[in-house]
Order: sequence, then C-alpha cells, then structure tokens
Amino acid sequence: MQRRTEEKIVAFGTERLKRGFAKMQKGGVIMDVTNPEQAIIAEEAGAVAVMALQAIPSDIRAAGGVARMADPAVVEAIMNAVTIPVMAKCRIGHFGEAQVLEALGVDMIDESEVLTPADEEFHVDKSKFKVPFVCGSRDLGEALRRINEGAAMIRTKGEAGTGNIVEAMKHIRLTERQIAELAGLKHDGLGAKAQEYRVSVGLAEETAKLQRLPVVWFCAGGIATPADSAMVMQMGVDGVFVGSGIFKSSDPARMARAIVEATRYYDDPGVLLEVSKDLPQAMRGIDIKTLKAEEKLQARGV
Amino acid sequence: MKIGIVGLQGAVSEHLEATERAMQKLGIKGEAVWVGRPVQLEGVDGIIIPGGESTTIGKLMRTTGLFEQVKQLATGGKPILGTCAGLIVLAKRGDEQVMRTRQPLLGLMDISVIRNAFGRQRESFEVNLEIPALGEEPFSAVFIRAPAVEEVWGDAKTLAEFQGKIVAVQQGSLLAVAFHPELTPDTRLHEYFLRMCQR
Repeated sequence: MQRRTEEKIVAFGTERLKRGFAKMQKGGVIMDVTNPEQAIIAEEAGAVAVMALQAIPSDIRAAGGVARMADPAVVEAIMNAVTIPVMAKCRIGHFGEAQVLEALGVDMIDESEVLTPADEEFHVDKSKFKVPFVCGSRDLGEALRRINEGAAMIRTKGEAGTGNIVEAMKHIRLTERQIAELAGLKHDGLGAKAQEYRVSVGLAEETAKLQRLPVVWFCAGGIATPADSAMVMQMGVDGVFVGSGIFKSSDPARMARAIVEATRYYDDPGVLLEVSKDLPQAMRGIDIKTLKAEEKLQARGV
Repeated sequence: MKIGIVGLQGAVSEHLEATERAMQKLGIKGEAVWVGRPVQLEGVDGIIIPGGESTTIGKLMRTTGLFEQVKQLATGGKPILGTCAGLIVLAKRGDEQVMRTRQPLLGLMDISVIRNAFGRQRESFEVNLEIPALGEEPFSAVFIRAPAVEEVWGDAKTLAEFQGKIVAVQQGSLLAVAFHPELTPDTRLHEYFLRMCQR
C-alpha cells in the first residue's frame, strides 16, 4: 500500500481539544505561583499545572486598587522554567488581555474575579480563542453561561485569598442541588430553566442527561490544607486549584506535596492522617463574616 | 477479561468507558477497573496508563508502589497500553525536559521520547492519522500537548508517524501512542489492545 507522507491537519483549538486539555488535569492540583522558583517547587511536588500570577490572591486582596493581568514577562519566565502547563488570569470581559495571553502561548486562560472586572455587561467570547478558558461560578446558572460562552472548564469561585473553604462548599452544594433539580425536569421545564439561566436548551439538556457539568469542574477559592482538598474531592469536584494556601504557608514544598497526595487519596482517611501530621503552619485566613459585601470577590461577573 | 486503568490522575474515566465500549464491540465479557494501589492489579489481563501530566503520574506511581508492580507485571509479559503521558512513562529514555523534572520512567520500551514535541496547548491538534495496523480507515487522533518518539531501537516497531515524528509504537506486548484514543468514539485502538490481552 502506498502511504501518504503528509496527512492533513484537521484542526487547532477545537472544542474537543479545549475540553480534552481540561480532562488531562483531572484528579490534580493546580497551584498559584508568582516566580520561576515557586513554579519549580510546584512541579516537583506533583502539581498538574501552575497559575502564573504577579501576586497571589491574598496579597491582591490586601493591596486593593485595580488588579490587572500579570506582566507577560513574569508569565513567560514561569513558562520557561517548567514543563507542566502554565495558566494565567485575565480580567472578566477583558478580551484584550486574553489576546495578549493567547499570543504569549499560555496553555489556559482563567477569566477571573480575583482581578478587577473590565466589563460589567459581557464576559470574554471564549469561543473565538484557540486557547481554552476556565471560569469561576457560584451556581449552575453562572457555570452554564460560561460554558455557553465557550469555557472549557469551570471552577467554583469560593472566596479567593481567604484560606477559608466555606464559600467554595456553598458553591459546590448549590451547583449540585441545581443539577439534580435540572435532571428531574421534563422537556418544557428544561426549556424554562434554560431561559432562566440564559443558556441554550441543548446545554441544559446535556447537563440534565449527564447529571453533571458537561466540562471538567474544579474547586477553587479557600483551600488551605490537605483535608480541605480531600473534603471537596469527596463532594464530587474533579480537582482543585490552590491559590494562597501553598506559598502563604511556612513550608510551601511540604504543603504542596501533602495537598497533591490528599487530592489523589481523598477517600482514604489513613493517607489523609499521614499527610496532615506536623504540617507546616497554614495561612492565617479570614472569617468570611468579617468581609464587607463589596470586599467579596465572588460577586464579580455573574 | 479484566483491564486495570492506572487511576492516579488524568483521563481515567474516559479510558474506562472506551475500554468497556471496545469489549462490547468485540463481544468480550469483562470489565475495566480503576487502579489506585498495587493490590488492585491482581488478576488483570492488561493495564492502561492514561494521559494526564506525566510528572504527576510518574511521581504518584512511585509513592503508591504501582511503579514497581507495573514494571514487574510488564516484564512478565502482561500487555500494557500507554497513551500520551503513559507513553512517556513507558520509555527507556527522555529528552532534556523529561530529565529536568526527574520524573520516574518505567524504562520498558526501547524508545526515547520528547515531551511536548508539538508545542503548547495552542499547537494541540486533531488529525486523521494513518495507522495501517488498525486498517485502511484513518484514525481520528487527538494530540494534546503531546509527546513524540524520537527514536526506536531493539524490538520496538513504529506503527504510525506524523510530520516525520513517531506517534505510535509497539514492542511485543507493549503499546504506546502519543495521542488520546479515549477522547474519540473510534474504539479501534482499544480493540487492538484487547486482542493483545486475549493472547
């Protein structure tokens, strides 16, 4: 048989490639880092990817002012330091920042409420990009709207930079309750729900049929210990983002390794006990009740 | 038949489903099981090491003891399929990127691998790939930050190439591909592997 030497490339940046990339992250821990040294610590600890930032969320929260995309030079230095995927954040609705990050070649863009929103009306039209996006959500409506816009992965918003898991738990429970409710609806009800959520009926039907989000779903916002990660994994998320929790602890390498193991063996209390012993001091954290409404990042971009 | 899917991280559930679909197609009675510990490999007829992050999977295989167990079973002739990250883990040699991360390699196949051989996620692609071993119909192959095989020697045989890079290799009972057969409906690669497990 005569074999052709040049096969034809079918496509770049397809939905399957974008969602497929997210699937490769499942069961893993994605860690926030601000420099190449931290990125290498994360990679050595077994992180599946890193989120390259100029400042971690707890410092962004403390600094105030307008929080923007990181300096591309900072992101690039991190991309050059590790072999695992590198993600970076753009402001909600800021397609200009997203274009910069795509041109730079980051592996995934997080359209994030941790940065100051750039558009109060629209999120980025993510279907126009070849690079996949992850977006935050507090409930099913937000999640499906982001998927409708082209997000390839969803994460809870939690309350970033607080080291407090309570808000992420709220978002997981609410989303799962709403999925169960959706799954119980007949055709007319699904149509009405899709309208209420402002998403296509097809997407509502797909979610009802799968009885889960049709893309990979991670927990983010407030994970500070291995037990935090194990708990949310038991709640049914596919993996975790850890922001301030690692590099605000007193021994980041150990905390990172412990969270990676706890995420893998989330259903094994024996392993969890082992990795939880003599842990470095976790970040101090913030009681959500002490935050004013306008200080909560999660209400940004619904 | 029982196929164990190394379930430490990555596209595990997709391989479970693809394997069971392939079993149905071939009329094989059996199951695919999630393997997180060495004891769960008891009685398996074949093992799949899925895609994910190879550094993470390699490191977790070490801490769980799966590394030694899989190596021992493979040496005894147990068929193994590695996809994407799984291909890297099966290799004898890695490039500078693989060595830098000090990721453990099982070193079972006479191949050297290049990590992220086609570039970053932006350069990930889908292609209709000719794999003569699977028949004339091209295979819809999904490459995600995929590795490639730089060199094969010894008993390793090239099954498919793309743009001059080797992307599928077989060495006796070991099969490795750089793409993700678990992400497409075509089950021919899983069927091919299951037939290897039947022998």
